[in-house]
Amino acid sequence: MSYQPSALRIEREAARHRASRHSTVVALISTLTIAIILTIVVAGAPGFKLVRESFFSWHYAVSSFPHVLSGLWLNLRVMIIAEFFVLIFGLLIALARTSHSPILYPVRLIATIYTDIFRGLPLLLVLLLIGFGVPGLQISWITNSAVILGTVSLIMTYSAYVAEVIRAGIEAVNPAQRMAGRALGLTQAQTQRHVVLPQALRKVTPPLLNDLVSLQKDSGLISVLGAIDAIRSAQIDTAQSFNFTPYVVAGVLFVALTIPLTRFTDWLTRKQDRARVQQGQW
Amino acid sequence: MSKSMLDIINLRKSYGADLVLEDISVSLAEHEVKVLIGASGSGKSTLLRTINLLERIDDGQILLDNKDITAVGVNPDVVRAQIGSVFQSFNLFPHLNVLQNITLAPRKVHGVSKEVAETNATELLERFGLADKARQYPDLLSGGQQQRVAILRALITKPKVLLLDEVTSALDPILIAEVLSLIAELKAEGMTMMIATHEMGFAKRVADQVLFLHHGRILEAGTPSDILEKPHSPELSDFLGALREAGRL
Repeated sequence: MSYQPSALRIEREAARHRASRHSTVVALISTLTIAIILTIVVAGAPGFKLVRESFFSWHYAVSSFPHVLSGLWLNLRVMIIAEFFVLIFGLLIALARTSHSPILYPVRLIATIYTDIFRGLPLLLVLLLIGFGVPGLQISWITNSAVILGTVSLIMTYSAYVAEVIRAGIEAVNPAQRMAGRALGLTQAQTQRHVVLPQALRKVTPPLLNDLVSLQKDSGLISVLGAIDAIRSAQIDTAQSFNFTPYVVAGVLFVALTIPLTRFTDWLTRKQDRARVQQGQW
Repeated sequence: MSKSMLDIINLRKSYGADLVLEDISVSLAEHEVKVLIGASGSGKSTLLRTINLLERIDDGQILLDNKDITAVGVNPDVVRAQIGSVFQSFNLFPHLNVLQNITLAPRKVHGVSKEVAETNATELLERFGLADKARQYPDLLSGGQQQRVAILRALITKPKVLLLDEVTSALDPILIAEVLSLIAELKAEGMTMMIATHEMGFAKRVADQVLFLHHGRILEAGTPSDILEKPHSPELSDFLGALREAGRL
């Protein structure tokens, strides 16, 4: 027998349809209202014309774009290299902090002190200390390059953050999993490697990616050491023209650079949430 | 009588001031199945966990195949590699599929190649009707299937003793039956087992001997029918009475 939707179902679906149309209209009206208010407030401000010319000048945007873009190429390389090392060091520090072996006690102690210090220290201070302090030591075989020292500062700071995220993941794995691994005869290290870590990393991928997004934008801070990155290039142009548009160009480019990773993070988080709801873990 | 596979001698274990196992002595012969019964908190799980060295004992000795595994300097990983353990909550590894769950220990602990381990695992899965689940992840299996996979995971390395800790307590009746029939099959094949359970009908079916634990002591030991039908101690009578009232005997 073929299925005929009951009158009850038809009525229920029509009601749902009406409700969703209603939501769309409400969302549209509220967005429009906010947009109008914003326009009136900003465009009606006494200094609006001046701000528009000094921050949003099409002429200066076009003329500074090539410089800023070539600076951004440096940021991109710094980001990728820093992300690579941050993930490695973050993982090592997290493993050191969660180890139980007595022989690793000093390592554990150092890792704890390290994360405490570098999570608390503003990145700008680390950059200044490393970027100007290290060359000040005048050791011949250590580089004076602002780019390299800036990247090292980024790696040092973000390794501490990432280590804490990974450590939280390791500690969030059910202890019964570790016990099951040991009961099979796996050693402590094998259990960590094959049972705990894969689950831990899966749990913390969204916050981990979030830290990487943050690292990407903070790569712009190496400009304080004089590295000619996107922000520094914008600053050079600005100093010549007294127009701030190049900064806005740099900002837009940075956002464009981080959007793929932020979208990916959101998508992954939603996917994991859905899986958890399906498994009834909520 | 065949040779002794497991000897527990005057075992004593406490958590702080809490004495959980007191002067336990049990021997398990090769191919023998002993079932531990008793109320929750009577020490059944703790006893099993001391055997695979997941719990440290305070006093006494445990011999596995006539070797003292509680002696100073014994590598617990080597001991555990010879003992199979299955838990109430399955504890399959959620990031690995069924085949990977089962082959992890053979490959990493026993040095078996991936190909050989997978062939053995596939054979085992086929024998117990789980071949179509080899590539699935534990989340997608029913509780009964998960627990059967967990038993196979413990079995693949041919352990000297299999320890089963209330392996059906988290399952509904239909799923309990499929897990129990797997265990009965292992018994028929001569697996040496120590089983903690609340399933008295099952205890009757597979046990060579039933041990009644009460407050960390073995109060009674005997054949299933002796223990379940002719209790001597008032404690065992009370326990059986409570089970009968709950409709579980």
